[in-house]
Amino acid sequence: MAVRVRVLYFGTAREAVGRREEELYLDGAPSVGDLVALSLRSHAALRAIASSMRLAVNEELAGEDERLADGDVVAFLPPVAGG
Amino acid sequence: MAGRRAPHLRAGRIDPGEALRGAASRKGGAVALFLGTVRDNGKAGKVRSIEYEAYAAMAEKVLARTEAEVRRRWPGTAGVRILHRVGRVRVGEVSVAIAVSSPHRAEAFEACRFAIEAIKHDAPIWKRERLAGGKDVWVGGVPIGSAREGGGR
Repeated sequence: MAVRVRVLYFGTAREAVGRREEELYLDGAPSVGDLVALSLRSHAALRAIASSMRLAVNEELAGEDERLADGDVVAFLPPVAGG
Repeated sequence: MAGRRAPHLRAGRIDPGEALRGAASRKGGAVALFLGTVRDNGKAGKVRSIEYEAYAAMAEKVLARTEAEVRRRWPGTAGVRILHRVGRVRVGEVSVAIAVSSPHRAEAFEACRFAIEAIKHDAPIWKRERLAGGKDVWVGGVPIGSAREGGGR
């Protein structure tokens, strides 16, 4: 019954976590906020910069309340600096 | 958008001519070309190169949407093409190219300006400067999707 989520880390988030991506499993009907909390539990270095991050679900910006489904891709997006 | 055109993100050198050709149209009376280039100095010191990192799948969507938004805001737009580098870009090289073809010069300039501001706020792209001493520093940015000044033109 667990929901499997692929989590992507970019920029400073990638450096803090030490990898580009991982898979996390959550029970019930998890939200983006639940996923963030789970990730922060295992990545202490990410906590310091977490408040500056925004999240994307399946390549679209998403709020903390958005529900996750099995197979969703969640990305941690630090402040951007393209151009 | 997928498959219809070559990608917006490029791992190799950007040819501004490609952006110009991508925007070219017989309806155009003015073409504005914006090039972002890597300068040799940053807040942290002398810069050798910049490493661009992108969330490629999302950035492709955002850049395609930015082109569509230019056409929506300036309905007379004859053509628009955006190219953005990823990976290591050396001082003097082009990091982003935007070409807009419009019936008249005012819209071409405005739309080009709009596009670069949109990219800076909405595209999931990050950069890290490689300094002359060998140190790497992340360049501070803005929260993705945050409001931009003058975006309403």
